[in-house]
Amino acid sequence: MGLTEKPLSTLHEKASYDLDDFDVPTGREEAWRFTPLSRLKGLHSGKAAITGRVLTQTYTPAGVTAEWVGRDDARIGKAYVPADRVSAQAYNAFEKALVVTVPKETVPAEHIRIEVRGGGSDGVTYGHIVVVVEPMAEAVVVLEHQGSAVYADNIEFVVGDGATLKVVSLQDWDADAVHVSHHHAQLAKDATFKGFAVTMGGDLVRLSPSVSYTGPGGDADLSGVYFADAGQHLEHRLLVDHSQPHCKSNVDYRGALQGQDAHAVWIGDVIIRVEAEGTDTYELNRNLILTDGARADSVPNLEILTGEVAGAGHASASGRLDDEHIFYLQARGIPFDEARRLVVKGFLGQLIEKIQVAEIRDRVLNAVEAELAR
Amino acid sequence: MSTLEIRDLKVAVEDKEILRGVNLTVQSGKTHAIMGPNGSGKSTLAYAIAGHPKYTITSGEVLLDGVDLLALTVDERARAGLFLAMQYPVEVPGVSVSNFLRTAVTSVRGEAPKLRQFAKDLKSGMDALAIDAAFAQRNLNEGFSGGEKKRHEILQLELLRPKIAVLDETDSGLDVDALRVVSEGINRFRASGDTGVLLITHYTRILRYVKPDFVHVFAGGKIVEEGGPELADKLEAEGYEQYTKASV
Repeated sequence: MGLTEKPLSTLHEKASYDLDDFDVPTGREEAWRFTPLSRLKGLHSGKAAITGRVLTQTYTPAGVTAEWVGRDDARIGKAYVPADRVSAQAYNAFEKALVVTVPKETVPAEHIRIEVRGGGSDGVTYGHIVVVVEPMAEAVVVLEHQGSAVYADNIEFVVGDGATLKVVSLQDWDADAVHVSHHHAQLAKDATFKGFAVTMGGDLVRLSPSVSYTGPGGDADLSGVYFADAGQHLEHRLLVDHSQPHCKSNVDYRGALQGQDAHAVWIGDVIIRVEAEGTDTYELNRNLILTDGARADSVPNLEILTGEVAGAGHASASGRLDDEHIFYLQARGIPFDEARRLVVKGFLGQLIEKIQVAEIRDRVLNAVEAELAR
Repeated sequence: MSTLEIRDLKVAVEDKEILRGVNLTVQSGKTHAIMGPNGSGKSTLAYAIAGHPKYTITSGEVLLDGVDLLALTVDERARAGLFLAMQYPVEVPGVSVSNFLRTAVTSVRGEAPKLRQFAKDLKSGMDALAIDAAFAQRNLNEGFSGGEKKRHEILQLELLRPKIAVLDETDSGLDVDALRVVSEGINRFRASGDTGVLLITHYTRILRYVKPDFVHVFAGGKIVEEGGPELADKLEAEGYEQYTKASV
């Protein structure tokens, strides 16, 4: 359990809208010990000038509204309370928030696209997005991060009774970008949330997807693929907090790493609270380390506070390419590089297949292909 | 006309000597059966020739039409015309059978097969081996039964058309029906051209379907007796006991 032996649930107790409730991290804290703070360019200390900018554009199909609202809008901060210093910093510093609403029982014909384009990595900037999917509505959101930025943001996904929201978040940043982000999904009764993170770009990306439930019957599926190259730090910190009975969660993150000081961190925290009887949860992280000098840290944590669970498990495995896989393919005349490409594409591709937007799925497969050609 | 020459081959695994000087020449048009008790080194011979990284060649030569196979990488050996049908084909997640086969055929032939012709060859190959068409979309060997894995190995044999095929206990774990289907595949391959077969087996059963020209008895890491098909009948009657005693 790392530096602390405290129960998992106590590590996630702290939540506040007030920046002063969070000390500036030093790197010794459980939540920050893997993150190279010196590369955050001041996002964590609050000392950096807010002179950077990102351009956020939305493309919404008929029936969906997107609006920019002031800080005092009642819809902000309803589903999510900042849980760490950078998140609180972002919460207190954004100028306007984007609120996307899918009205009750609406099923848009196409996906909603939100593009966040960085305008440079000179100054820091902050953002806030709220996506509300009202009861019985069904929507797909593609969130795309590109360009360069030093950016921290919080995104709230509010999924209503019986509603379904699928989100693909692409961290497709330029090589010098720094991005610290919280994606929180709040699931009402019988709501379904499927989140898919794809992180390949950026110098440092720290993404914290979390899920909470406000009624029984919620179903959350969190998937992710990442590909860390030399020098990149790609960190995913998941938290699924089961506080309602008969909810499900499934977590599956897979990564490939190559090059000197490529670093991937995966933390998977699942809490099943006393009242969350009948919970069914499983979390998995697998890493393929393709070269020397790359490092994957993978820490699944499961805390069960009730005696009545339907299923609870976790697994984590990090290792090299399997010699037997490569031998089999080479024995059929396939050269090593091609064999390696097939195996890695297969390993990540099994997850990528789950992305429902064909155009995005193809793009991600091509991105993996490009990474392997590096 | 192709020739595989194995000369005084010695092989170790983690400093333990397994093969102790194997000499064998396989010519195209001929089928050699290698028979022997468990642990005699039969499979080591197959994997060492193919170039599995676990095996260290301590001395000897393996030549395919004069080309030094031991100097080549695993994939180069396959492209030079060597094929190894494996006893335990490994499962490769996320790689579909059709993608794998197309990639392998492209690599071995040096150019991508015409899509329509490949689809046709694949279908007739699968039909002949009674492999369901849905197999092409499944992940490589994943969830295949023992028999399905072996039939899939023979499908590859027929598609890749090597000069010399080494079949490592292709018959093990097969019921009689599957054995017949697999044997027919091997016989089609034998009849398809100038090809040589090194058939490694523990049992004489498959030799009723795939008639060997030569039988070699393997024990203690080398060939201890050689003869024609009649040697298999002798083994059937007497078993390996005399050889295992002799090799101790």
